[in-house]
Amino acid sequence: MSAATSHTYSEEQIWDFLKEITDPEIPVLNIVEMGIARGVDIEGDHVQVRITPTYSGCPAMNAIEKLVNDKLSDKGLSEYSVKMDYSETWTTDWMTEEAKAKLKDYGIAPPEKTGDDDDFLKSLSGTKIVPCPFCDSFETELQSQFGSTACKSQYFCNNCDQPFEHFKCI
Amino acid sequence: MSTSTETQQAFINYLLRLADDRLILGQRLSEWCGHGPMLEEDLAMANIALDLIGHASALYEYAAEVEGKGHDDDHFAYFRDDPEFTNLQMCELPKGDFGFTIARQFLFSSFYYFLYEALKESSDEQFRGMVNKHLKEIKYHLRHSREWVLRLGDGTEESHDRIQEAFNDLWMYTGEMFYMDDTDEVMIKAGNGADLKAFEDDWKKLIESTLQEATLEVPDWKQFMINGSRTGIHTEHLGHMLAQMQFLRRSHPDAEWK
Repeated sequence: MSAATSHTYSEEQIWDFLKEITDPEIPVLNIVEMGIARGVDIEGDHVQVRITPTYSGCPAMNAIEKLVNDKLSDKGLSEYSVKMDYSETWTTDWMTEEAKAKLKDYGIAPPEKTGDDDDFLKSLSGTKIVPCPFCDSFETELQSQFGSTACKSQYFCNNCDQPFEHFKCI
Repeated sequence: MSTSTETQQAFINYLLRLADDRLILGQRLSEWCGHGPMLEEDLAMANIALDLIGHASALYEYAAEVEGKGHDDDHFAYFRDDPEFTNLQMCELPKGDFGFTIARQFLFSSFYYFLYEALKESSDEQFRGMVNKHLKEIKYHLRHSREWVLRLGDGTEESHDRIQEAFNDLWMYTGEMFYMDDTDEVMIKAGNGADLKAFEDDWKKLIESTLQEATLEVPDWKQFMINGSRTGIHTEHLGHMLAQMQFLRRSHPDAEWK
């Protein structure tokens, strides 16, 4: 392989490419601000991107893996791989503030900071209040913990009479 | 005297137990897709099934990695026969009515909540990562099924009677959740296992307090209990389910996901 045809990029450039990839189910967010892209490891000519799933059953993960592969190929890289990394546990706390603001503008109530779960068994019957992303009212009610995707639950706002989704906080 | 081969085999067995439970229950749960009692529950069942099958897939992939024979998740899911499956018999029972499904989900999710809490500090990095990830999702599953137990138990006469009957029928399948053998012993020594007996009382307390709150009778813990699933003994339902689940993949053994 001649060096003239293969591109080399800095780690920073690879991160910029990854920012061009959006989550297929939440097109307003890219995979870097979502905290899905976890690492870029460059060894010689080989670039490895590590990604971590948001939810175990998230069907978008296979699509994201393919999108990352396609992106690296489009940028002219010839030696690259994508690794699914389970060593760290994805949490909504990895989402940037900017990403949460984008979610709200998109009509999805963003996740709050994760709380301490030590009292999980005591809090089994508790429900938390999620403000409406459209009118900011607290007059909302949980309709179902499970919504259109694994990462969202279903709410209804009694102030502006609109259903909305909440990005579950995990 | 434990050898590294013994530890490796125990780790594979352990991963497969956790994965088989999830695949088989996830498959049963997905039978509700399009048949749920209401749209929200149809979605909830499909979502929980998706989580469980996602857990299974990750655990199978890791078992294949530990085994080092070039297998993948499909191999474990589709190319083993019923005596090779080690899932709890509770998981393979037909889905029954909504009450039966909820009662089973509650017994299962609460057991795994305690087990995964106990496995949170496992020494193997990838395994620990999976456990912590799955635990977050299990908490959602537990919350969901527990709320429904309360609602159905303390609901109408019919919902109360139906879910009571479901618990009565499922009770003899709870004993084997706490079955332990050499696999568990080796895993505990290796820092990747949990002593199930250590949380059995806490689990029973959660079950009892929930049933009482739901105005339901707690069946007798000392009744006859089924055993054997961890050694490949199953009800007649598993073979039928596998026939349906596996035939397509086996018809195209060389097919690849592209």
